[in-house]
Amino acid sequence: MTTNVISLVSIGAHPTSGRPRRAEQDARAVELGLQMAGAKLQVLHAGNIHEPTLRSYLGMGLPQLHVLEQPAGSDALPVLSEYLREAGAQVVLTGSQAETGEGSGMLPFLLAEQLGWPLIVGLAQVESIDGGVAHVLQALPRGQRRRLKVRLPFLATVDNAAPKPRQSAYGPAQRGELAAHEVEIEQDELFTGAVLQPAKPRPKRLKVIKAKSGADRMKAATAKASGGGGQVLKGLTPEAGAEAILKLLIEEGVVR
Amino acid sequence: MSDIIRRDPRAEWIARNRLHPLHAAMQPVQQSWMGPNGVIRKNVHGVGFIGPNGIKRIDRSGAQQGGAAKRTAAVEVQLPLHQVAAPAFYINVVPDMVGGRLSSHDRDLLGLARQLAGSDGAVLAVVFGEHKESAFATAGVDRLLVLEGHEFDGYSPEQRVQGLRAVDNQFNPRHWLLPDSRSGGGELGRRFAASLKERPATRVWQIKGEECVGRAGAGQEDLARPLPRLILAAVECAEPVSETRHEVLPVELSTALARSLPRIEDLGAVAVDPAAIPMAEAEFIFSGGNGVKDWALFHQTAAALGATEGASRVAVDDGFMARDRQVGASGTWVTARVYVAVGISGAIQHLQGIGACDKVVAINLDPGCDMIKRADLSVIGESAAILHALIAAVEAYRNGAKRDAA
Repeated sequence: MTTNVISLVSIGAHPTSGRPRRAEQDARAVELGLQMAGAKLQVLHAGNIHEPTLRSYLGMGLPQLHVLEQPAGSDALPVLSEYLREAGAQVVLTGSQAETGEGSGMLPFLLAEQLGWPLIVGLAQVESIDGGVAHVLQALPRGQRRRLKVRLPFLATVDNAAPKPRQSAYGPAQRGELAAHEVEIEQDELFTGAVLQPAKPRPKRLKVIKAKSGADRMKAATAKASGGGGQVLKGLTPEAGAEAILKLLIEEGVVR
Repeated sequence: MSDIIRRDPRAEWIARNRLHPLHAAMQPVQQSWMGPNGVIRKNVHGVGFIGPNGIKRIDRSGAQQGGAAKRTAAVEVQLPLHQVAAPAFYINVVPDMVGGRLSSHDRDLLGLARQLAGSDGAVLAVVFGEHKESAFATAGVDRLLVLEGHEFDGYSPEQRVQGLRAVDNQFNPRHWLLPDSRSGGGELGRRFAASLKERPATRVWQIKGEECVGRAGAGQEDLARPLPRLILAAVECAEPVSETRHEVLPVELSTALARSLPRIEDLGAVAVDPAAIPMAEAEFIFSGGNGVKDWALFHQTAAALGATEGASRVAVDDGFMARDRQVGASGTWVTARVYVAVGISGAIQHLQGIGACDKVVAINLDPGCDMIKRADLSVIGESAAILHALIAAVEAYRNGAKRDAA
């Protein structure tokens, strides 16, 4: 029995040129879905069906891509949650944030809340799915991993720790089918009060020296970095020294 | 330093000058005080000061100058205490507390909360479980709420959201501030926003009056919008608090927490190959330098500890370690939480490279080297013997832990 997996995809933007491309994290979600479900993977997009970049997802070896047709600036949340509820998905994979628009990364959280499903953040690998229970690895900062157990159905976001997406091939991209679905259109109320503007480079933080006297300023400008109150253990046996080091490492939680 | 007592004309001048910022610190110690029985006690030995020739001088005209007590080089300046007796409103902050301490991101966030709180509001920090932080006062925390209980142990985002909802009901804060970080804050804030059904402002890097600016999309655009109640702020969103001290009054939840059955079960951390973690983001680095003679033993110790290996420039130049393992100005600038330096004397370029590390442990033969001055814990001795002992101690600890579990 294979699991019913749906990957949600969006249109990305190249970080330098800003040209539309397949979104980095969404492509990883598709890759992970292909590894889990093979050709049975469903891929879902809410937006414009005539966007040529959509075909680059088909080029990863998908026969079909479902599109919920919406004009730009409409709310994808209600249509997606309705579709997912009826599609009978067991695992839904998304990228962790969009590359265009607001990109708040709230969509998977709101979907999970509406569907009442658990949400895994930063999925790196699905180890096993057995009897309605999945064992997955979650990516943590600093290259760490955590094993989680979760009941199906669940939602998961993937970030850059997930497997690298396969290349998109031109032939399959052209042969693949885009299946349109008619949905109700609901306007997103974000842009009534908010304005999108080109990103301003953020000012570099200045090192402010709040010295009251000239001597302190001189010291701040010339002194070497020093911890100051470090503990120095001298004339100890190697065993006692090693014991002290190990105690600190255990306190900091790096030795388990 | 010699023990000859010298006059410090500048200190005397500060002690005379009541308007000088260091005036209070330069005052001589109190000479008379009320005893427990209401009798005035005097310290007769503390009267007067030591003159330039080492002879005690007593000036009874009342114009005595210069502290009698020998001052240490660095005067601990007491920052003024900021008190909020009856807060008009609360600004709630949920710091990440990576490793049980405030990170620099958390401090920036508390600085932002301080700006939003002004003089009437109080900054309430919500901390889950045990913490090791002792500097909440100088970071700008007026009230501290510690939510304890083993249900918050490990990875428990759903239970934490329940906790935050209870805090929200009781204190009804004007703003919620969370760090938009990968170490927990970004996820918790979004879960909390979804559960409150409120739209948060994410990746906020600037707040001006009633408007906030955050990065949108892949960082190509900014989104300016009216300031919402929930704010997920980026790093360096504001300057940390540096000029005041705060009360850190403990507060408690009046209601018991609702328990929810966790739908996600935490099965614990998975051992990852430490060599596969990029050096720049490794959490625990074990680094060797010129003082290491037995490199096989060094590698063995790193493997026993489960640490990522690093090296100083000398070790790399001599061919004992690969170039990509070099720590320092011309190698990698590391951000490890714990850095163990074995036989590294601490050239300034190396110390620059480990500037962002929290805890530095040094094992060295030379007690006077710069690395010892930087380190939080230094062991003076032959590295080979200490590494052998360390391997034995780690194995004993692991075996002991296994026996406890069985």
